[in-house]
Amino acid sequence: MGKYAARRMLQLIPVFFGATLLIFAMVYLIPGDPVRALFGERQVSQETLDAIRDRYNLNDPFLVQYGKYMGVIPDGEEGLSGVFQGDFGEDFRGRAVWDIMKQRFPVTIRLTVVAIIVQSVIGITAGVLAGIRRNSFMDNLVLVSTTAIVAIPLFVMEFGAQLGFGLELGWFPIAGLRQGWFSYVLPSIMLAIISLAYVARLTRTSIVENIRADYVRTAKAKGMSSQRVVGRHVLRNSLIPVVTFIGVDFGALLGGAIVTETIFNLPGVGRAVFEAVNQREGAVVVGIITVLVIIFLLANLLVDLFYGVLDPRIRYE
Amino acid sequence: MTADDTSTPDWEQSLDEEVGLDPGAEHLLDVRDLHVEFPTDYGVVNAVNGLSYTLDRGETLAILGESGSGKSVSALAVMGIIDKPGRIPKGEVYLQGVDLLQLPERQLRDIRGERIAMIFQDALTALNPVYSVGWQIAEMYRKHRGTDKKEAFAKAAELMDRVRIPSAKRRIDEYPHQFSGGMRQRVMIAMALALDPDVLIADEPTTALDVTVQAQVMRLLSDLQDETGMGMILITHDLGVVAEVCDNVNVMYAGRVMERAKIHDLYAEPAHPYTLGLMRSIPRADQKGRPLDPIRGQPPNLAAIPSGCEFHPRCNFAEDKCTVEEPPLYRVDEHRRSACHFWEEVLRVGQRQDH
Repeated sequence: MGKYAARRMLQLIPVFFGATLLIFAMVYLIPGDPVRALFGERQVSQETLDAIRDRYNLNDPFLVQYGKYMGVIPDGEEGLSGVFQGDFGEDFRGRAVWDIMKQRFPVTIRLTVVAIIVQSVIGITAGVLAGIRRNSFMDNLVLVSTTAIVAIPLFVMEFGAQLGFGLELGWFPIAGLRQGWFSYVLPSIMLAIISLAYVARLTRTSIVENIRADYVRTAKAKGMSSQRVVGRHVLRNSLIPVVTFIGVDFGALLGGAIVTETIFNLPGVGRAVFEAVNQREGAVVVGIITVLVIIFLLANLLVDLFYGVLDPRIRYE
Repeated sequence: MTADDTSTPDWEQSLDEEVGLDPGAEHLLDVRDLHVEFPTDYGVVNAVNGLSYTLDRGETLAILGESGSGKSVSALAVMGIIDKPGRIPKGEVYLQGVDLLQLPERQLRDIRGERIAMIFQDALTALNPVYSVGWQIAEMYRKHRGTDKKEAFAKAAELMDRVRIPSAKRRIDEYPHQFSGGMRQRVMIAMALALDPDVLIADEPTTALDVTVQAQVMRLLSDLQDETGMGMILITHDLGVVAEVCDNVNVMYAGRVMERAKIHDLYAEPAHPYTLGLMRSIPRADQKGRPLDPIRGQPPNLAAIPSGCEFHPRCNFAEDKCTVEEPPLYRVDEHRRSACHFWEEVLRVGQRQDH
């Protein structure tokens, strides 16, 4: 297992290069002049524009730009200073990208972690209740509500929740982060809600499949209570696909938090990337996306390792 | 667990008192007129239609039948673990004088595993793939008797030793898929025998195994039965296995007993056309070259069982009477019953032909 984990960690290196290069190229290809755009309608001298372009290496060929960004090609008097030296560069306003990330990432990660907890607890519980009694009231309730959740666009549900639970009922803060962890509850539930529906359906299907298995009959013949049969014997087997989904979804939620962050006015990375793309702040986009990619890969690695713990038939050599 | 342990342990006594089990009852297990049915979209499937038998301590009773004859379902009914929407509309299952079908689920749960245990055909699917074999055996002690984890695992290792799994201590933490078929079935057996049950139901315990391993597992089962004195019900379609280990045989067809006999009598002279047909369809080395004589037709659709005798559409002895009148279990001799109006004729044919 240790060997397997080490090999997987090594795989991160090419992925890291590939991801940064690809994102760098995409930002490079966005049409328009970011430096010009910086000044809007105001008149600026050509010298000023050139100076700024020079400072951000925008006059260099693409690969040289990339090399300087990564810190493998010396950048004028600064020498080697790039991602490898721990320097993610700065935006056009002179703020270090690292500082932006330090400020933004904790918000998105908290939002996502709470969302994962919400979707796991509620989704699995609903799935189990639906699955153990097929065609019962609970099963139909889960079926109908999950279909509705998946069918309605996320932003509609989010505005609805904001107006209903935030403004009308006053149960939750409407926007912002002024109430600490509590501020994350409603946005996290909304961020989780679609995945929650998938988790519930996936769990239900998996439970329905496993509850007819031979080993369940054995557990009953052993005289085990029905709670134990479901809770220990069926659930452990049923959770294997669910865990895979939740792990992959962790990455999707991190990157997909942008709508939720915008509606609930949370200063997370989703919004930061959105703003940076608009302003063609290449360094910010590449920096944040690269870190997202790495988090996503690590999350997947953890899931794969956990998979082996859940199902002993999958053991990595 | 050991053979010299003669005093009745506390938990057994308390279970006896709570449920009212009477160790002095006439039979260990007495099944009377058991019916099991499954409502489906195509009508009600009558899987078991009035099955009756008794089992005594130390006896090995075979329930012999084709697939779909209701033999496995009847065992699940005795255990009380028929899956919904299956139900038992009629019948009684007396364990030491107490009708299990009348007991509340909680008491029934205590009896399962403790007094009646069951082993299944395919140990690979019947064992939980995600728990170690030791854990699954230890679960019996931990949940039924509240034994602490360490002691339960120690007992599990002892049991694995007792069912002759080599280097049991080392293999206790391994998972079912790491065992061979025969060893896996031994794990099942160990699990079933953990609490020293009075009745063991073995549902085709050797069907999934190859022949040499089959013999080992059957020998193990019969040795363990000699040690413990439990009653054993062996559900099988394998006439060879029956001949080796059983005392008495119930031949089932369409959810009912066709013939009940001592094993020797059944082989020597069948008293029911279905049994006779089964005997004739076995390939025999001393009749090489002679074509086999299988029973014609197919087993009946259990949602539309033929009127009268269930077997009449496939029977060479059938007459008009058979299509309208269901034969009762006629008494052939003291130990023998046959559900055929013409059992005397069948008996004569069987003797004459020396099938």
